[in-house]
Amino acid sequence: MAVTSATPTAPRRKRAVTAGFHLGAGALAVLWLLPIALVLVTSLRSFDDIAAHGLGSWPQSFTLGNFGQAWVDGGQQRALINSLLVTVPSVAITLALAAMAAFALSRYELRFRRSLLLLMLGGNLLPPQILLIPVSKLSELMGVYDTLPALIGVQIGFGVGFYVFVLHGFMRAIPTEIQQAAVVDGAGPWQIFWRIILPLARPALAALSALSFTWIFNDLLWAITVLRSDAKMPITAALIGLQGQYVSMWNVIAAGSVIAAAPTVAVFLRFQRHFVAGLNLGAVK
Amino acid sequence: MAVLTAPARKSPARSLPRGRRAGGPRRTPPLVLAFVLVPLLAEAVWVFWPALQGFYLALTSWDGVSPPSFVGLGNFREMAHDDVFLSATGHTVLWLVLFGGLSALLGLGAALLLQQERRGVGFYRAALFLPVVFSLVATALVWQAIYQPEGVLNQLLQSVGLGSLRHAWLADQDTALYAVIVPALWRQIGYVMVLYLAGLKGVDPALYEAAKMDGANIWQRFRHITVPQLRSVNAVVLSVIVIDSLRSFDVVWSLTRGGPYHSSELLSTYMYSTAFQSLRLGYGSALAVVIFVLAFGVIASYLVRAFREAD
Repeated sequence: MAVTSATPTAPRRKRAVTAGFHLGAGALAVLWLLPIALVLVTSLRSFDDIAAHGLGSWPQSFTLGNFGQAWVDGGQQRALINSLLVTVPSVAITLALAAMAAFALSRYELRFRRSLLLLMLGGNLLPPQILLIPVSKLSELMGVYDTLPALIGVQIGFGVGFYVFVLHGFMRAIPTEIQQAAVVDGAGPWQIFWRIILPLARPALAALSALSFTWIFNDLLWAITVLRSDAKMPITAALIGLQGQYVSMWNVIAAGSVIAAAPTVAVFLRFQRHFVAGLNLGAVK
Repeated sequence: MAVLTAPARKSPARSLPRGRRAGGPRRTPPLVLAFVLVPLLAEAVWVFWPALQGFYLALTSWDGVSPPSFVGLGNFREMAHDDVFLSATGHTVLWLVLFGGLSALLGLGAALLLQQERRGVGFYRAALFLPVVFSLVATALVWQAIYQPEGVLNQLLQSVGLGSLRHAWLADQDTALYAVIVPALWRQIGYVMVLYLAGLKGVDPALYEAAKMDGANIWQRFRHITVPQLRSVNAVVLSVIVIDSLRSFDVVWSLTRGGPYHSSELLSTYMYSTAFQSLRLGYGSALAVVIFVLAFGVIASYLVRAFREAD
């Protein structure tokens, strides 16, 4: 980590600054990565090893059995499938709906378009607590309480406003001329949307997909509001359950945490650029 | 919402450049209306309608089974004498100040440290940023292992000769809340850093050059260029922090559930346990209204900002 970019001819002062930078930033990075390393190491140790030497000791054993235990006995396999069954459709539908609304609001002179945009954003900014009780009662009323579609529905409804707002900003920046040319060629709104605006909005859509995947996948509050049975819970809730089931068996709990974090870390590592862009797109517009 | 179906205004003359932005046709095609109405309907069903109900339920006493009975402002009067509510409010304010303030300060610090493009900086940024993608539940479990009586923190203290500081961090009423803030910070700082990094990138380097020429030192350049230039980012960070603070739930719920003896109780956890564990749905709704009112100032200012930018 202490590689310096200074060349032999560079002044000594500059080299010292560079070394200082790497020392400081390196220490910070280690501090930040330490808890993650701790979980990874703990997930690979045996229970007896941890019981005998403590969580902070140097590992004296190596096993992959904890993952099997969390995966099968701890019900993480089912929970992970539940999470993906909720997350993937939620992300896809939310973004599709948001892209439609953003297209209409940004490319057409609708009445009240500004108010509508803000109404939708405002819905997303409401604290979810005010919605919890009515949403759980509503899903009972609609007969979908304790089903995954209820969770998908609420994720879509609660998320869509924010994505409309972000995509609206992005789509407005697309030059009018492109659209006018298409209109002259006889393209209808659907063709303009599908063939012109959507492909141009791809960077924003990629960024928002990466972002919303982690948000929805990591959600706990909505899941425990509209779901009841353990068999339907997503991975976040299952992880809490795992903690109750394997009290102080930190090897299994750590393995469970690794399983729960793996999908979002994979998305992050694969789409890091989009991911960071997404956060900025949303906020520093 | 019926207003939506009203036909779009017709522009008087074709040649007028009214549609400076929207290059589309003057009359709104039905498909375009549907494009707005369908998502709006989804949000109306799952957000707007429940929100209205939530406000109504706050005025009732309800166990979730028998019909709700209207009690007016009774729930809010009860809050005035509810010690748990009062301390949860205090904790929420403390959370806002500590969690919010520290994540803003440290996030800005990290952004200043890592703003320059140089070798290895991408790695450092990614390291600080990685926790953002973890669920707060997984984050909480990691830290629980650290805070255990036989956990890593205590072992560490022991090994450096500070064994007298050993502590049941999460089980002690005096430390539980602070112990919960640390993992929340660990996760939030990277996020704030990204926002500030983007803001710093937007500052014109010529400003620094000019200031250097005039003999401004590094502190003066920070004070008189960086700080004012970051004003719009600060507004965003502030909104993000306040909204996140009031929503904070997962990390507290998975670490302590608000305990021991409500010592780490936030309004959000108290609201959840009142509603779904004590089944006092009316009182829970009233607590949610309090959270809403606290958040409203920020939401309103965020919307005003968005309003200005939307056109």
